[in-house]
Amino acid sequence: MAISINGQDYPLPADPRTSLLDFIRREAGLTGTKKGCDHGQCGACTVIVNGIRINSCLSLAVTNDGDEVTTIEGLGTMAAPGTMQEAFMAHDGFQCGYCTPGQICSATAMLQELAAGWPSDATADLEAAPTLTDEEIRERMSGNLCRCGAYANIVAAIRDAAGEHA
Amino acid sequence: MRPFDYQRAERLAHAAQLTAQSDTLALAGGTNLVDLMKLQVETPQVLVDIGRLPLGTIEAEGDGLRIGALVSNTDTAVHPRVRADYPVLARAILAGATQQLRNKATTGGNLCQRTRCYYFTNIDQPCNKREPGSGCGAIDGIARIHAVLGASTHCIATYPGDMAVAMAALDATVEIASENASRSVPVREFHRLPGDTPERDNVLEPGEIITAVTLPAPVGGTQIYRKVRERSSYAFALCSVAAVIDLADNRFTRADLAFGSLAHKPWHDPRLADLLIGKEPSLALFDKAADLLLEDTQGYGENDFKIPLARRTLAAVLCEATGVEA
Amino acid sequence: MHLKQDKPDNRNVLDTTAQGVIGAPLTRPEGLLKVTGTATYAAEYEVEGCLEGVLVSVPIMSGEVLSIDEDSVLAMPGVVAVISDERLTGRAAQGTAGEAPFQPAQTVCYWGQPVALVVAETFEQARDAAKHLVIETRAQDVPVDPEKVDTKVEETTRTGDLAHAMAEAAHSVDVEFTTEGHASAAMEPHAAIAQWQDDSLTVHASLQMLKFNRAELADSLGLKEEQVRLVSPYVGGGFGSKLGISQEAVAASLAAMHLGRPVRVVMSRQQVFQTIMRRSETHQRVRLAADNEGRLTGFGHEARVSNLPGESFAEPVLQSSQFLYAGENRLLQLEIARIHRMTAGSVRAPGEAVGVQTVEQAMDMLAEKAGIDPVELRLRNIPEKHPANGKPFSSRKLAEALREGAKAFGWEPRPRKPRHTREGEWWIGTGVASAARVHAVVEAKARVTLRPDGTAVVETDMTDIGTGTYAILGQVAGEMLGLMPDDIDVRLGDTDFPAGSGSGGSWGAASCGSAVFLACEGLRKKLAERLKVADDGLTLKDGFVRWDGGEKALTELLDGKPLDATGHFEPGDSTEDMAISSYGAFFAEVAVNHWTGETRVRRMTGAFGIGRVLNARTARSQCLGGMTWCIGNALTETLLFDPNDGHLVNCDLAEYHVPVNRDVPDLDVLLLEERDGSASPIQAKGVGELGLCGGAGAIANAIYDACGARVFAYPMAPNRVLAAMPQN
Ligand SMILES: Cc1cc2nc3c(=O)[nH]c(=O)nc-3n(C[C@H](O)[C@H](O)[C@H](O)COP(=O)(O)OP(=O)(O)OC[C@H]3O[C@@H](n4cnc5c(N)ncnc54)[C@H](O)[C@@H]3O)c2cc1C
Ligand code: SF4
Ligand code: FES
Ligand code: FES
Repeated sequence: MAISINGQDYPLPADPRTSLLDFIRREAGLTGTKKGCDHGQCGACTVIVNGIRINSCLSLAVTNDGDEVTTIEGLGTMAAPGTMQEAFMAHDGFQCGYCTPGQICSATAMLQELAAGWPSDATADLEAAPTLTDEEIRERMSGNLCRCGAYANIVAAIRDAAGEHA
Repeated sequence: MRPFDYQRAERLAHAAQLTAQSDTLALAGGTNLVDLMKLQVETPQVLVDIGRLPLGTIEAEGDGLRIGALVSNTDTAVHPRVRADYPVLARAILAGATQQLRNKATTGGNLCQRTRCYYFTNIDQPCNKREPGSGCGAIDGIARIHAVLGASTHCIATYPGDMAVAMAALDATVEIASENASRSVPVREFHRLPGDTPERDNVLEPGEIITAVTLPAPVGGTQIYRKVRERSSYAFALCSVAAVIDLADNRFTRADLAFGSLAHKPWHDPRLADLLIGKEPSLALFDKAADLLLEDTQGYGENDFKIPLARRTLAAVLCEATGVEA
Repeated sequence: MHLKQDKPDNRNVLDTTAQGVIGAPLTRPEGLLKVTGTATYAAEYEVEGCLEGVLVSVPIMSGEVLSIDEDSVLAMPGVVAVISDERLTGRAAQGTAGEAPFQPAQTVCYWGQPVALVVAETFEQARDAAKHLVIETRAQDVPVDPEKVDTKVEETTRTGDLAHAMAEAAHSVDVEFTTEGHASAAMEPHAAIAQWQDDSLTVHASLQMLKFNRAELADSLGLKEEQVRLVSPYVGGGFGSKLGISQEAVAASLAAMHLGRPVRVVMSRQQVFQTIMRRSETHQRVRLAADNEGRLTGFGHEARVSNLPGESFAEPVLQSSQFLYAGENRLLQLEIARIHRMTAGSVRAPGEAVGVQTVEQAMDMLAEKAGIDPVELRLRNIPEKHPANGKPFSSRKLAEALREGAKAFGWEPRPRKPRHTREGEWWIGTGVASAARVHAVVEAKARVTLRPDGTAVVETDMTDIGTGTYAILGQVAGEMLGLMPDDIDVRLGDTDFPAGSGSGGSWGAASCGSAVFLACEGLRKKLAERLKVADDGLTLKDGFVRWDGGEKALTELLDGKPLDATGHFEPGDSTEDMAISSYGAFFAEVAVNHWTGETRVRRMTGAFGIGRVLNARTARSQCLGGMTWCIGNALTETLLFDPNDGHLVNCDLAEYHVPVNRDVPDLDVLLLEERDGSASPIQAKGVGELGLCGGAGAIANAIYDACGARVFAYPMAPNRVLAAMPQN
């Protein structure tokens, strides 16, 4: 009866109404994951659960019993930032920074989805392996709103992190 | 969110038994239900988590495919057979929501997702669907995203989803189980028109759980899902068309069409196929098809545009499928 | 050092210093905190024993709260209190108000106004109880539709005879436009944690202008300013929505004061939409009269905006129309309709964000009528002096922006005819628009301290809402003190620090940057005094001080003791004597779907003159942000109000469509070399808003060039484009 967050176990919340997002932010004290809308409409709360990205605001924490959750804190630290985090810094892929942890979690999972050959709405041929075009990045990152309007730099950061310098 | 009693269903019969009780709802991916519970649009006293029932696989069924009710939208869209044999379905799913949401959303939940009507989701506004008898805020209000086909004076809401529209075009079947029975209903008949009971979105009875959707044997053809929306991603359809089209000797041999966001259900009008089949594709013919489709439309001011938009989107899809030049 | 700037400062001191960091595209010093999720936003402070409050709104468009039945929720699990104090505020304060917004909250003026706060031990308990609180109201019918009320003239500028000029013109355009309301929709919802201890209040909040907000909060609560401390080091976006103190901060403070425990209040996304500032919808008329060569002889711009009764703010739609283009016969008139929707206030680039694009569309129509290339038409109509008041212009890069932008974009100079290029289902076209945004600076203070180890600290209550304040203030100080910005600790967002300008109106960088500049001038003076040399004879670089005849390490000169100076900048006559603005040009290429009217922006170029660039990377990012907003403004963003009770129907991020990543193509930004000594002593102007001032017009013009649809209503949603598209 626990949720593992970045490798550490936390007991399930007493109140079943607690969203996974509030659980992460309040009960585990990991405030890197953001609440932008609480209704699945912005992506700020994106975390990676058992390897796939979800909106943690729409998941009741009790249903995540036994799950392995990775948050922004699990992707790198101040002392040792991860590749995607460094790329976001280098390309100024943020301004206010509020959507940023969600963007970075999303981008990290997105590259794995692409490697696994998942198609997207921007994929021309459903049966061929998708490639990392800018249009693919944009479509796949469209679940993360950035009101500061850092999208152009976010795309560049992801391209860079993926090793496709352009 | 109101307090509720959380129960995890261990077996299907258990889930069916629990959800037969009043004020009890099944929770799958939660991307719609949790959203609405936070708004207190949904206020179950008991929440039955069906998420761990063994309904999460995609299997061949005869020549067709059986997609479990708990298969995530992602898993359906990326499945090799769906991509190869039912591309319209993969396309429809990929056009909906976002990767994060599709990773959580399930087949059953997507079919049962509720309308996005702004008055439905605002509990301080009248809404017959949420609170029967309270009136319809949208009819005299802002009806931009509302129905132009099959609405009633009680409710003009739409079914907002994409996946089911493709399933309607493919003539898929919903499999439903209750505690000691099961039945199947064509997707085309699963959602209802609002009539004077708009509180009911579909034909599910209390205690009934969707177990799967089965797709008939693949029919090939050109498959297209076309979604018109206000932004290029992460937006519900203003209007959508799912099409499975085949031609022989430049005449239609198949024209399975379904329309999204025009009505309280994915709209399938069998007369369209009857009209098209056997005929040579042409802009004039597509116009006739649109006349038929839109014979009984009614706009509510803000959404009047959907009527010409549906006509044009249908023409766009048929042109793309047949090679007719605009 | 204190400076009230009465004269232009064309010394360009920052070009003479040696460190070479000013303007450099350095990465943000707070970047690592942000990308690792370590930066702490308002709601995220760990505060022992913190209670949770949720605001309760009432669903009436106007009226009175008669009673609030506390007992309806007090027995619910975890509920601690219901706050219905008369000091609760129902609206947010306008930017720079410096006094309490409208009180009491129990007098309801718009649908969804918060009137009480429910406080409980946990968030879930408070949120549920808030829905159960029984409130008795007396509702009143009031107008909610700006089309249906009489308007009042706010401001008129008239010279010559426009009607006559129109009648005599060789070419004329007379068109009406509508723009819908916009929301700031900053990604971080409004939030506050209030703590009351020993008669003093500390509030961690998400605010843009702490100096003003402190006064507003103190006034709302009946406290002295000295009793209030605001802390706001990281702000998850503002765009105007956090200029004034808002309801959650006042409510959290009152709750903390009543209960003696810390209280956190975070607005739901729906509450942010329903109760925080909207940009007013507008109805505009633009009239242009021109001679044979397309030279303007008349210029008219009228606009109707709306706001609640009693609110001073009127969307300044005509602000840049006053001077952007020539035309001796002028009529500019702003009218306001008083209606009961939530407060209208500043949303990024108030005025120009909706006022420039319409003029730019009219210019495009004039270019077509006169058979002149639209870039050329604009170049021909750049006035020599301010057309209304005759003031000279300070540095103005409009012509350069049009020329350089056209070159970078690959603009083909020619008279234009729409529907020239089709790719499959898509019509392709291009469009241009000028950009203009008035310049403003306000009073600001900052303290800079040289530490004995040769590093420095910059302190001001200025905020960084994402614009790059941490970066640029470090660069100004580094340039002046001969230090690398890494050695400068910039501390912001705390009213314990000297009062800065606040972040808004694009004035933060020029105002606070000048305060830091002045503080550093003070430090340089002190160092020079120690060395007994003239301060302009000093060269500071890499921690060393050089002068004619010597060199010393800064640390040696400091001799183990810190040295500080405060800079105090005040605008003076220099901004009064001149017409000062930032300028630019936008070029857009769009694809419009023949069948559905869907529009996709395929690429966009923006060329901007913003005075001195303080950090090329963050300045570019500001422009990217503005251009992204242009796309939302042009195509998707619209507040939809119910015609019956005036409530905002699309009050969330699923139905209010801010642009998503896929809506935004490659954006090309050119920052033009410019120094504007009249604008500020560091020759900088504003950048945060310019990128949004006119660009939607370039998109509109591109839509026309693509498919022949002239759309006069923003946003240009598929239905509007289709309705205007010639059918054949
Ligand atoms: C911001 C946003 C944007 C979206 N955009 C789109 C879009 O563009 N296109 C689109 O199609 N969808 C869109 N969606 C909706 C999304 O697809 C649905 O929320 C999702 O499919 C619901 O699936 P779920 O498993 O999460 O359902 P849940 O939320 O768990 O359940 C939804 C309903 O279905 C019932 N239910 C679930 N499973 C079963 C079952 N097996 N048997 C009986 N009843 C069941 C539940 O009781 C509940 O009433 C969007 C959602 C959000 C939040
Ligand atoms: S359209 Fe239907 S869902 Fe919307 S307010 Fe009317 S009754 Fe409710
Ligand atoms: S907070 Fe979860 S999607 Fe916005
Ligand atoms: S960086 Fe501010 S919202 Fe993305």
